Amino acid sequence: MSSGHHSHGSYLESKGGFFANVLDWATTVDHKKIGVMYLFAILFMFFLGGVAALAVRIELLEPVRVKTTFTATGTEPVTQLLRADVAADIKNKDGTPAKDTLLTAGTRVQTHPAAKTVLGNELTSGTQVDVLDDAGKTVVQTATLKGSVSVTDPKTGAATASKITGQFFGSPDATAIAAGNNTYNRLFTLHGAIMVFMVIVPSVPASLGNFFLPLMLGAKDVAFPRLNLLSWYIYVTGSIFAVSSIVLGGVDTGWTFYTPYSTSTDADSIRVVFMILGAFILGFSSILTGLNFIVTVHKLRAPGMGWFDMPLFVWAVYSSGIIQVLATPVIGITLLLLVFERITHIGIFDPALGGDPVLYQHFFWFYSHPVVYVMILPGMGIITELIAVHSHKRIFGYRAIAFASLGIAGVSFIVWGHHMFTSMSEVASTIFSALTFLVAIPTAVKVFNWVGTLYKGSITINTPMLYALIFLFTFSIGGLTGLPLGTLSTDMHLHDTYFVVAHFHYVMMGGTIMAFIGGIHHWWPKMFGKMYNEKAAMLGAILVFIGFNVTFFTQFFLGVRGMPRRYASYVDEFQTLHIISTIGSFILLAGFLVHLSVFVASLVAGRKAPANPWGGLTFEWLADSPPEEHNFAHEPLCTHGPYDYDTTVPPHWDPKDYPIPAENLAAAGSH
Amino acid sequence: MTTLDSRDNRPLWQRYVHGHHWRTQAEEFDGAKLGFWLFLTTEVLLFGGIFCAYAIFRSLYPGAWKEGSSLLDWKIGGINTAVLLISSYTMAVSIYYIQVGKISRARLNLMFTILCGALFVTLKLLLEYTPKWTGWFFFMDPALGHHSIDAAAGNGLFGLFRHVEGYGGKRPGSLYEYGFGHDPHMPLWWSVYYVGTSIHALHVIIGMILIFRVWLKAGKGVYGPNYYTGVEIAGLYWHLVDLIWIFLFPLLYLIH
Ligand code: HEM
Ligand SMILES: [Cu+2]
Repeated sequence: MSSGHHSHGSYLESKGGFFANVLDWATTVDHKKIGVMYLFAILFMFFLGGVAALAVRIELLEPVRVKTTFTATGTEPVTQLLRADVAADIKNKDGTPAKDTLLTAGTRVQTHPAAKTVLGNELTSGTQVDVLDDAGKTVVQTATLKGSVSVTDPKTGAATASKITGQFFGSPDATAIAAGNNTYNRLFTLHGAIMVFMVIVPSVPASLGNFFLPLMLGAKDVAFPRLNLLSWYIYVTGSIFAVSSIVLGGVDTGWTFYTPYSTSTDADSIRVVFMILGAFILGFSSILTGLNFIVTVHKLRAPGMGWFDMPLFVWAVYSSGIIQVLATPVIGITLLLLVFERITHIGIFDPALGGDPVLYQHFFWFYSHPVVYVMILPGMGIITELIAVHSHKRIFGYRAIAFASLGIAGVSFIVWGHHMFTSMSEVASTIFSALTFLVAIPTAVKVFNWVGTLYKGSITINTPMLYALIFLFTFSIGGLTGLPLGTLSTDMHLHDTYFVVAHFHYVMMGGTIMAFIGGIHHWWPKMFGKMYNEKAAMLGAILVFIGFNVTFFTQFFLGVRGMPRRYASYVDEFQTLHIISTIGSFILLAGFLVHLSVFVASLVAGRKAPANPWGGLTFEWLADSPPEEHNFAHEPLCTHGPYDYDTTVPPHWDPKDYPIPAENLAAAGSH
Repeated sequence: MTTLDSRDNRPLWQRYVHGHHWRTQAEEFDGAKLGFWLFLTTEVLLFGGIFCAYAIFRSLYPGAWKEGSSLLDWKIGGINTAVLLISSYTMAVSIYYIQVGKISRARLNLMFTILCGALFVTLKLLLEYTPKWTGWFFFMDPALGHHSIDAAAGNGLFGLFRHVEGYGGKRPGSLYEYGFGHDPHMPLWWSVYYVGTSIHALHVIIGMILIFRVWLKAGKGVYGPNYYTGVEIAGLYWHLVDLIWIFLFPLLYLIH
């Protein structure tokens, strides 16, 4: 063995000049470097998706809608002729609602209270008006205008000064409004597609999972290192496809690509095909990562490590790997059929040719429901680690959590229909509704176990722990609001409203992303060998928590009150809540900027991290910070459970600082 | 630890050193096989989507499915099935020969497998896709006998092809050309037919490429009794491709 060539330095050690380093990273098969490359790629995509989200929120601050001003002179009551159809709530004289009536073109209305002669009165939706009969004299009923209103001057017949309010995409004419709506559709599609396919699905497994799964197992690498690098390149290729569709003008189908809209919109353009192919390619990357992890877990555990000695993060990533492998091919063939459908109209999803658009929805959700658990399971795994390590306590119900992961993975395959209650038969809907409640069981088991672990633990409040607590709060809200959505009768009201939007943001952002950021902080010292500023990071966490809830809790109210999702505009009643939500999104932005600066400051000038800053027991804390190229100086041997805090001194810790009660040791010895 | 030494002139397979992150070569082999089985699962699920579409539309439009399968020639499908079955056998045999160290026999069988694959794809394109899509029949096409040759249209490509008026246009979806009295859902049948068989044919081609790589590497002495992971994996892939055809063939050609 030519010993001189084997460096035992940190994996981050420079390999020479700039180009030598670039080449080294671009061709590396080291799971740690690949994990870090994934981390940066994902954070970059998170930034892109975030910009789109902020643009969407800004549009909703003051969306484009028509307000008409009219001028009145003299003492006679001003009557206005409505030009367009306007929805109105007609009330009887006694104030009881009569019925929803359309004030058709030509109806005369008079603002209410009528006596006033108003100058520059604004006739917006929500204005109270009196409806006059044809003769223009009798007040018949009181009405509230809904929707957009336009008014003609009763004397000249010309449109009175109507102004279009709203900013960002707004300018005062109908084509500009249409163009603005178009931009809006593209922005939310961009946001959704990036966040789902390029951020949340790969986030935890591909970055932190890649880095820590082998370390936690005591392995030198994942089972197939070159496949791992390939999957990173596939990820980048898929992202380039998807992003290039945006550069070419954007896609407005929504991230769900529902047919027949997705097969007919922008028919002259290749953009939609690019976006769909992007998602298809990203699927391969996801499959390869999942497959790699499954084999790694099966074959590369350290000597002495049985299945139930594995850290629960590993269990979670393993379970989500199973879903990735079993669900992604279905979306693969679906997207492929969609591309064929678009290019040659093969008719599988096209009712004009005998095809079935609902089949698309079945295929799509057969993948996309299980995949929400690909998103959340690794996040749950992180939370388990954070809670155990930072409360220094044996995890409560190890096996329950491990089997709950598998249980969730299993059940996730039989509930997809709950996204389609409005497009299925009653019987099918009822069955899917009943099955959906099964998912809540293993999920709740986990939440109880986490809370049980915290009970009487010696809790350190730092950023990772703060994020774990945030997760418990937000994810519980997200999970519980899933129940009214899974209930057939209530979902009829809530489907396709902001309630759904709020629900999935509470689980995906409040769940996965919170766990992800918490995990990044938890493992930051290990990955980069530097400590971060705890106080500043906690400030960031608090801002994120406040911003997140302000942004999304309001959306539950919007949804219950009937605000539909994916609209660029709304009636005035919704504006206050939308403004609050937009303010929240900027608080969120502030929180993320704090985190970003904390990370940069840590990389530039952070204190050197010890090997085991938190006193964790899993193998990654045995390795150096940052780990050496082949992870461990000697192959670790599994001699204690991952959470045996009551009987084990953490690696690199002095037993003096970690006194183990004698009776615990005696009990451990008697096993 | 072994290093590749230029003075060591044992064949490559005898000098094989397993990946540094595996404990033993046996574990590396098991890991590779487990990973590949998982990959094969994804392939099955991918085709599962197509089979699912087949089943749904079949139950919706039994008329089109009946008419459609009667337009496929079970003889050509049968020949192709036989070709694939034989190639699966030669593939299995070549793994055996590698395991016992008879490398050149193994390579012969590998090459035979590749040629079977090529035959399969050629028959598919020449005798199935071309006449259906365009109406031009290859002159030795067994199905040609049923059809009267359109003399006026003449022969194509040095007389190798014959045109049958009104036969072509059997294409997927909107590319379909309606003939007299056809079931209105025929375009859908052809969509399922083309998507299913062409994605399968693509897999055959990928399999051929994999086996060709194995053939090349075997020529350099990479594989032998001690090390044959690549051969085993190419074999698994080839058997899967075969298996999927075993399902496609009766569903499309035989069930009316
Ligand atoms: C207790 C567990 C959960 C239940 C019972 C549940 C139930 C539901 C139901 C019934 C819908 C459909 C609502 C509709 O469209 O009318 C829905 C939508 C959604 N859920 Fe959940 N859910 C749960 C957890 C999760 C988790 C953990 C995630 C992701 C991490 C998630 C992500 C989503 C997404 C993304 C949508 C919206 C998809 C779309 O239409 O764009 N859910 N959920
Ligand atoms: Cu779902």
